Amino acid sequence: MNSIHDMGGMHGFGQIPDIDGPEPFHHDWERRMFALNFAIGGLGLWNIDMSRAAMEATPPDEYLAGDDYFRRFLVRLERLAVKHALVSQDELASGIGSEPPRTGLNAIKPQQVATMVRNGNSSMRSSSRQALFKVGDRVRALRINPATHTRLPRYVRGCEGVITLVQGVHVFPDASVLGNEDPQWLYSVLFDGIIVWGRDAEPGLEIVVDAFEPYLEAA
Amino acid sequence: MSEHDHHHHDHDHDDDHSHLSETELRVRALESILVEKGYVDPQALEAILQTYEEKVGPRNGARVVARAWSDPEFMEWLQRDSTAAVASMGYTGRQGEHIVALINTPEVHNVVVCTLCSCYPWPVLGLPPAWYKSAAYRSRVVIEPRQVLAEFGLTLPDETKVRVWDSTSEMRYIVIPMRPAATDGWSVEQLEELVIRDSMVGVREARSPQSASSTTTDGSTSNAR
Repeated sequence: MNSIHDMGGMHGFGQIPDIDGPEPFHHDWERRMFALNFAIGGLGLWNIDMSRAAMEATPPDEYLAGDDYFRRFLVRLERLAVKHALVSQDELASGIGSEPPRTGLNAIKPQQVATMVRNGNSSMRSSSRQALFKVGDRVRALRINPATHTRLPRYVRGCEGVITLVQGVHVFPDASVLGNEDPQWLYSVLFDGIIVWGRDAEPGLEIVVDAFEPYLEAA
Repeated sequence: MSEHDHHHHDHDHDDDHSHLSETELRVRALESILVEKGYVDPQALEAILQTYEEKVGPRNGARVVARAWSDPEFMEWLQRDSTAAVASMGYTGRQGEHIVALINTPEVHNVVVCTLCSCYPWPVLGLPPAWYKSAAYRSRVVIEPRQVLAEFGLTLPDETKVRVWDSTSEMRYIVIPMRPAATDGWSVEQLEELVIRDSMVGVREARSPQSASSTTTDGSTSNAR
């Protein structure tokens, strides 16, 4: 999806803000928002790619409002909670429940948190599929412009690079967002800054992007 | 910069107070309705916050770096299989299921970003700082990293390549900064004190022994605490 989230190479956002700011939270509501996002994610109603796609569907003005990451969490979680019938729009507005809860869901318990943190949720899958590329191969990132979720940033599309790491077989985000894991080989592809940005590249710049096999062709 | 701990209380700026209040009200409404309907256990929220405010943070990464500087076998393992090497120290899981350590050298300086969202290696660095998630950092560091690094006070030699890693998959990257000069014979614990969070993202270097012994604190020396 060619939306505002795909920011690599854009001009106009100014200096890096808050380089010595208090971390990781600036306000109590940010703490609440972070924890809520974690806990509701634990219901298992959507995967990480569906969650990212919901963020990417946020209108640009709303996405950029205050350039605030946790506010984006709020907007996204409100939208996902309504979409998945956890709450109604009226309930959100009033903060008071007026309809019965959706059944069959298990809220995560405090004693589950440590295990969830320690184990995570690996995207790697076993596969007998052979990798098309090896370290050192020259490849080109395809020119694709899907209106749905993808993890190939616009700024490398059409550019030629070289495979620098082979990272195994992982859930393919472009399919996972639609509910199908379709695991694919994943590569770290190194691009010369000149290839990506032309004469405006800073000297000695190299960029490495993780790219799934369906994003690449031999060059 | 401020040395106060702002984690547990608000300090809204007056000029955007109404905006933040509206946000705050919406967060409260969302939380209360999700709790009321039984989708969220308030004690689980506390457990989540306690984990990421007290347990998981950049001291973990600092231990990895100091050990890599001190133990050639561990450094070799880190380069061969970073996930396993880091897991052997107990750092695993959420948002760090697959880790790659990037070793800085005089020839190549590595920097990490996520241009598409905010991917960051939580088990070793904790939650990302606000600047890492900012539109400015995400847009600029892939096209003008030297100018970005200069804003953090880091100027690299012209002949050093700047290699920017865009975290577009579930691989998570941690930079192993160069070991500071004049630290021969230092213990792992002493070395840990030199490893600031920003050096493991690649926007600053590790502290020098001189700055570490200084009692004045500037921004570059406080951010891994």
